[in-house]
Amino acid sequence: MRQVLRGARLIDPGQGIDEPKDLLIDRGRVEAILKPGEKVSEAREIELDGLVMTPGLVDIHTHLREPGYEWKETVATGAEAALYGGFSSIACMANTDPVNDNPAVTEYILERARLADLVQVYPIGAISKGLKGEELAEMASLCEHGCVGFSDDGKPVMDAGLMRRAMEYAGAFDRVIISHPEDENLSAGGVMNESAVSTELGLQGVPAAAEEAMVAREIILAEMTHAKVHLAHISTKGSIELLRRAKERGVRITCESCPHYFTLTELAVKQSGYNANTRVNPPLRSEDDRKAIIAALADGTIDCIASDHAPHNLAAKEVEFAAAASGISGLETSLSLGLKLVQEKKLKLSRLIELMSTNPAKIIGIEAGSLKPDMPADITVIDLDRKWTVASKNFKSLGKNTPFEGMELCGQAVKVFIRGKLFKLD
Amino acid sequence: MKLSVKSLLGLRELTREEIEFILEQAASFKEINYRPVKKVPTLRGKTIINLFFEPSTRTKTSFEIAGKRLSADVVNFSASQSSLTKGETLSDTARNLEAMKPDLLVVRAQASGVPEMLSRLVSTPLINAGDGCHEHPTQGLLDLFTVRERKQKIDGLKIAIVGDIRNSRVARSDIYGFRKLGAEVTVVGPATMIPPGIEELGCKVAYHLEPLLPEMDVLMMLRIQLERGSGKFFPGSREYSKFFGLSLKKLERAKADVLIMHPGPVNRGVELSPEVADGPFSVILDQVENGVAVRMALLYLFCGGMDAASS
Repeated sequence: MRQVLRGARLIDPGQGIDEPKDLLIDRGRVEAILKPGEKVSEAREIELDGLVMTPGLVDIHTHLREPGYEWKETVATGAEAALYGGFSSIACMANTDPVNDNPAVTEYILERARLADLVQVYPIGAISKGLKGEELAEMASLCEHGCVGFSDDGKPVMDAGLMRRAMEYAGAFDRVIISHPEDENLSAGGVMNESAVSTELGLQGVPAAAEEAMVAREIILAEMTHAKVHLAHISTKGSIELLRRAKERGVRITCESCPHYFTLTELAVKQSGYNANTRVNPPLRSEDDRKAIIAALADGTIDCIASDHAPHNLAAKEVEFAAAASGISGLETSLSLGLKLVQEKKLKLSRLIELMSTNPAKIIGIEAGSLKPDMPADITVIDLDRKWTVASKNFKSLGKNTPFEGMELCGQAVKVFIRGKLFKLD
Repeated sequence: MKLSVKSLLGLRELTREEIEFILEQAASFKEINYRPVKKVPTLRGKTIINLFFEPSTRTKTSFEIAGKRLSADVVNFSASQSSLTKGETLSDTARNLEAMKPDLLVVRAQASGVPEMLSRLVSTPLINAGDGCHEHPTQGLLDLFTVRERKQKIDGLKIAIVGDIRNSRVARSDIYGFRKLGAEVTVVGPATMIPPGIEELGCKVAYHLEPLLPEMDVLMMLRIQLERGSGKFFPGSREYSKFFGLSLKKLERAKADVLIMHPGPVNRGVELSPEVADGPFSVILDQVENGVAVRMALLYLFCGGMDAASS
């Protein structure tokens, strides 16, 4: 059945569109972008007056915990959390149990996603067998079975020689290598950003250098191998300076940051009284770092926003800070925290959509992030004025671990179309 | 006077007046320890739980004696493992203990922040008996008490805290306490053991001990944690004791009335040579003795004695 979406402001950064348009979709695909009110025969009319319509949001960095940690999250609950966060496509990391380092696990994840029948789920395969950083995983086979990129995320590949080979190998079939940039020798034992705040709290610190040393290495390897390299969860000003210079030189490298790095700082650890929901890896950084991240989101040094959705059960968080699991359940707050930057006039709305849809789709090379005719009808509809308060008990995710509890936010996805199928989020 | 805090989490939260008030209370309790019958009925009917998540002999004994001399019922709850390894969350532990209706919790933990986390979860007042590398406020107070007793003042004194500042909760509490009472504090140690931004707590930083010796009134020597694989932070105890240990020979350069302190237990021959540890400048045993008086005062104040004290 053809559907025509009427009355919204259409933002599609890939086509340079940011104006009132109607959208005609048919059989799960975009048929045409129409002038407002343009007559269409035989189509169901859907009124979106006062709302914003964008290509479906894409989150290339989530942890769905299945198989192996189903008490933290499942593919189905993660997919539902993604949907309610306004996403139509997500990629999930390989650090499950067993690790997604063989096609059977890839197939299993895809089957769970088909059964859930919500957002599009794209598995990311492991770089190394068992995430051990010793031998390459069967990347070509993983790719054949549906993996869209490779990462040992959660852990760095400490062996530079192995990382070089991974880039060369995956480069041959043009799949992205996603690095978790952390030098484990520099971060060892650390649980928060290393600074006067960690000193005061008596918590072991992770210096910015732990990230930056690895960012520098990955830039050099990307330059050497010409592979498609992406850096996960960039959190420091120094990393951004390295990336800015690399991009000016024309190195083929992209990177992401996450809402917690542009919203919070290390002071959240102190102000929350050691609440382990503020523990995340890399750690929340300084105000200088936060400002640098925001500037880099605006100027293009950072290519995309990813949630690094890392759901945990309560028992993994209601313990000593130093013993708690790292990570934030982020899918359901990501868009609203991005919109907060728009409200604060730090980002244009169209740039936010580029960061959350156009670019992430390109980085993992999926058919998404654009509403050109014949693209899949994956559409996010946003009410910029809807006010809401973060309450983890209402999360669809099993992970209630958020440092944003009680925060008042404005703007939320209200509808998502996935392959033309409408999901109302009320 | 009434303290502004319900729980004693650290000296950072206290004002100068509050610290002085606690020290005065401690002075009035000290005399009890010299009586033939060392017991007063002050806290009769009160229940205190010593909740120790980390092995401790001296601090636990000191708290236990302090409680018993005030006639409180003192119960020791030792849990050497972290709650995570037991599969129990901190909130479980806290709620279980709270259900037994104690009047005060004394908490020692290997991990920084545990007393603060617990204080958010329970309504019972709580005293931090040392948490990770964060604070050890009762040690800080007994150090202040000891210096004040010997020097009759703290204002204007020069204090050096020597050693593993990075991992020391005593250093942090001492910095806050001595600074609030008007002393000048310098932390001294190998560069790897001086944590970043420590100056923001109000102290100076030095990397060489000997040049400081002539001007210091107090030398607070911290314990080096040899058992914690310190080889990545400094080359070994021989080199450490040469540059940061105290011998009689080095003390020749110190003031005639310098006080040598140590929170214990001493690695003899590393931080202090035996002659220094047992010598005339050492007030290490005064610290231990005063610890009981300070903790009696704290138990009294945080166990509901505060209202009585204000009247």
